[in-house]
Formats: sequence, C-alpha cells, structure tokens
Amino acid sequence: MLAFLIRRLMQSAGVLLAVSLVVFIGIYAVGNPAAILLPDDATGAELDAAIASLGLDRPLPLQYLTFIGNAIRGDLGTSFVFNAPSIQLIFARLPATLELAITAMVLAILLGIPLGLWAGLKPGSVFDETVVTGSILGFSMPNFWQGMMLIMIFAVGLGILPANGRGETGTILGIETSFATLDGIRHLILPSLNLALFKLALMIRLTRTGVREVIGLDYVKFARAKGLTERRVLLVHVLKNILVPIVTIVGMEFGSLIAFATITETIFAWPGMGKLLIDSINNLDRPVVVAYVMVVTLMFVVINLLVDIAYSALDPRVRLGGNPS
Amino acid sequence: MNDTPATPMPETGVVAPPAAAPEVAEWRQQWRQFAESKRALVALWVIGILLIAALLAPVIAPQNPYDLTAIDLFEGRLPPGSVGESGFVYLLGSDVQGRDMLSAMLYGLRNSLFVGVLSAVFAIGLGVSLGLIAAYAGRWVDALIMRVVDFMLGFPTILVALVLLAVLGQGVGKVILALVIVQWAYFARAVRGIALVERRKEYVEAAMCLNLGGARILFRHILPNCMPPVIVIGTMQIASAISLEATLSFLGLGLPITEPSLGLLIANGFNYLMSGLYWISVYPGLLLLIAIFSLNVVGDRLRDVLNPRLQR
Repeated sequence: MLAFLIRRLMQSAGVLLAVSLVVFIGIYAVGNPAAILLPDDATGAELDAAIASLGLDRPLPLQYLTFIGNAIRGDLGTSFVFNAPSIQLIFARLPATLELAITAMVLAILLGIPLGLWAGLKPGSVFDETVVTGSILGFSMPNFWQGMMLIMIFAVGLGILPANGRGETGTILGIETSFATLDGIRHLILPSLNLALFKLALMIRLTRTGVREVIGLDYVKFARAKGLTERRVLLVHVLKNILVPIVTIVGMEFGSLIAFATITETIFAWPGMGKLLIDSINNLDRPVVVAYVMVVTLMFVVINLLVDIAYSALDPRVRLGGNPS
Repeated sequence: MNDTPATPMPETGVVAPPAAAPEVAEWRQQWRQFAESKRALVALWVIGILLIAALLAPVIAPQNPYDLTAIDLFEGRLPPGSVGESGFVYLLGSDVQGRDMLSAMLYGLRNSLFVGVLSAVFAIGLGVSLGLIAAYAGRWVDALIMRVVDFMLGFPTILVALVLLAVLGQGVGKVILALVIVQWAYFARAVRGIALVERRKEYVEAAMCLNLGGARILFRHILPNCMPPVIVIGTMQIASAISLEATLSFLGLGLPITEPSLGLLIANGFNYLMSGLYWISVYPGLLLLIAIFSLNVVGDRLRDVLNPRLQR
C-alpha cells in the first residue's frame, strides 16, 4: 500500500509538472504578455521596461524555474483585470462550482442507478426502450442548448424557477453556500439539472449494462436459491458488483463535471470558477487562466488517486501494489 | 517491388490480403445486418439528407444570409411562417437582423459539418499513424506515445480545447487544430491495441518473409485490419467534434462571426430567448441535435455490426 501510494504520488507530480510545462509554454512563451499588458500606443522604451519588470528578458528555462518556484509557494501570478493574486480569485469562486458539481453528481447517481437497474432487469420492455433512447438523446444533446431549453421552459415559459445567478447564500460551517437558503436551493435546481443530464445518461447506461451482465451469473442464482429476498439479492449482491465500474466513473467524471461547469455557469450566470475562466479568456487575463488550469489539474490528480484507493476497497481482487504476496 | 505482394508465390497459400470477391460479399452481409435496425437506417438517411443540404446550401437556401442587400432589417424578429413585404416566406422565422432562419441554418450546418468532418479526418490520420508506429516500434517509442495518449485522455476534451483556443486565438484553422489535438488520442489508443494483436498474426509474418518494408507492412497489411473500430470511433468523433465546436462557438471561442456555425446561431439566439423570440435558438438547436443524434445512432449500430464478438 505504501509503495503504491509513493509510486502514484510520483506519477501525479509528473503529470502536474508536464501540465505546468505545457501551460507555461502556451501562455507565457507564445506571444508577448508585455504587449498585451500595455496600451496600444506604448513606446518601445515602455515595452522594454515592462519586459524587464516581468522578467521576460531572461532565458526561457530560467523563467520556467521561477514560474515553478512561485507556483509551489502558491503564487500563480496577479490578475491583470482584478489586480489580485489569481489563485485567490480561483479559490474564492471554488465553493460555487463545487456545490453545483456535487449536486449534479448526486442527482445523476440518485436518478441514474435506479433507472438503469430497472431497465436492465426488464430488457426489451417499453420502459427499457424509453430509457435507452432517452439516454442516447441525453448524450447527443449539446449541454449549452439543453440548458437554454431548460431556461425557456421553466424560467421563461412557466416562470417557476430562477435562471440567473446563485440567489441568496447563507453560511454552513463557515462556507458560503446556496444550500443554506430556500432561495439558493431554488437557484440551484436548473443549473444542476443541466450539468447532471449528461452524467445521468452515462449512469443509466453503465448500470443497465452492468445489471445485464451480472444477473445471469451463478452467484446471483445461488443467492436466490438460498432463499434471499429479491430486494436483498438486488441491493446487496447485484449492486455491489456493478458498483465497482460505477465508482471509477463517478470519480473520473467528477473532474469532467468541473470542466463542463464552465458551460453551465456561463448559461446560468453562475458565479463559479468556470465562468471566471471564460471571462478571463475573453479578457486575455492569462494569469487567471494559468491558475485555473493548475488548480483543476491538481484536483484531477487528487481525484484519480482517491478513485484508485476506493477501487481497491470495493474490489478485493484489485491489489494496489501489483504484488499478490 | 510490385503492388501485389501475394502474387510472387500464390501456390504456397501465403496470400496476405484477402481477395477482392469475398470482401465485397462480406460488405454486403454487413450492410444487410446494419439495415436490420430501422432506427439506424433512418439515421443514415437523415445524415445523407443533411450532407446534401449542407453541400447544396448556396443553391437551395431561399436567401443568401450574408448578402446584405438581400436582408431587410425591417423584417427582423418575424415568427415562423411569416410572409415578408416582398412576398418572401420566412418558414422558420427571421432573426433580429431580418435574416431568414432557414437559410442561416443551412449555411450554419455547412460550416458545422465542414469543421466536424475535417477535424475527424485529420485526427484519424494523426492518431492511426501514431498508434501503428507505437505498436510496431515498441519499446521507448511505444512508451512515449502512449504516455502522451494517457495524458491527453486524462483531461476532458472541452477543457483542453478551451485552453488551446485561449492560447491560439480564433479562426477556422485554429478550431480544427484544437479539435484534432483533443481527438487523435482516441484513435491512437484503439489502433495500437489492435495492431499489437495483428502484428503477431501469420499474414504479417508472411509479409515479413517477403521482405517488405516496415511502412508497407504497417499501412498496407496491418492498417486495413484495424479499420472497423476506426470507422466506429470516427463516426462518434465527428458527432462529438460538431458538438464541441458548437459549444466553443457558444462560449465565443469557436468559428468567427463571418462563418457562423449552428453553435454561433444558437448563441446569438440566446440573447433573445428571454424576450420570447424562441425560434432564433430553438430551430438551429434542433438541427444540431438531429445531426449529432443521427451520427451517434449510426455509430452505435456500426459498433454492433463490426464487432467480431457479436458475429452470428
């Protein structure tokens, strides 16, 4: 276990380093940040001064080392637009994005697993056909358009749900969140539904396939022959086995939820870090883009590590060290 | 070296590629199997019609949406089915600038499909080549290529594409480049997996005995046997490229305003959705959904037909 952890941690550090290199080359080395910083009518002397103050006149490898050194100390540059440390801006927006992503994931799991389970138990039935067609449709529908349709139906047409912003927030355990107020929860419904739909389709497919594979196996027949109730067979024996791939996917997809939240946040004007990313890209606010990429990469790396550990807890056949001894 | 590797010694039975006749028969059988699914058949028809509509957009569109003399600003915001002053019928309504929505959608479809298909073709070319090279060369070449593949697949495509376009800037070429960069790894991984199995088979050994060159063995002998999954993934990736491009356009990072795709049309309509002008964004969205859904249905069916484990 320890050897596995150390090896995985080293791998993770490698990924972070690779991303930082790619981002550094992409954001800092291509183009001239000084030219973007200064007004169009800046003189050559002003430009030189800016280049020198930003350290852009030093050799590239040296610039990269400085960048890495600062990054380790949590300094990923200062936002051109907000004139504040970019990492602080990201962290300030993080709770909004997290609450959106978590709600969406919970929705996808709570709806997707029962639907997939039921569809998988009755293959070929009308219910099954409807669920499967629905899930292909869910896969095909571009996220942003689906969000707009939600707004059109529930906010403009029926006028029952808000479609803009986070609503009133309260504090739970010192974190500002929409969960704390009724208004906040009402604001959360449409965006989280929008974000959940794609994962819901995925959950349905995974569970349905899993059930169909497992239901005919001997151990299920044996459990039934033992006289266990159908409820226990399904909820304990079947579900536990199909949960292994589901946990992996839930973990890995959580990262992609955070990435897809950029779209949802843009549509619903949700003040999370995804909207910050889009705004920063449009404003050419490079330090914020860098900070976003590094923070998200770090989250991905941590999530993947947790998934691997959860995987072994659920499935004793998976030996973390790769050594069966 | 001639072009038919099997001819030098046909008597020995070391015939590397299958002869032409049974191949055609196989295709026929696969086609029949494909057509068994009515859903897939309908989807294929829809794709055909959409392709033709996109290709012929300048001919069949009732109006050239970019010809400023053809657009009447006073006929903007007309609901579907309205008849303009000149007798022009706005079947799907008009947008704020008075552009006929149907025409704008046909041109948008053209741009969407163009970007989707072209990026998939380039991604296939790059991914398949790298996958084959990884499988054939082995050792550090394989390790290097596959680490990059893992790295690419570890991040959501939307995020990579967003960051790439943030660095590269706007433009059709740049969007295609970004789509290729996020897609090639899927093909490389699939092709490498099959090529690793294929290269140990007898026909490859036979080709090696004939002293054929590495590139020739790779591309003329191993590659054709790797094609089925490439076709399946290719269909799905065209769908996902179209969707991704639409999303990027919606976020303002896709195609430029001079060459709007369906995604940009939808984005423009978004601003008027709140005031009830639903048709500006709903109809382009439906067209986009139909295109992506059809491609996914066909891809799904192709996967079943081309999967040797499900062969009857």
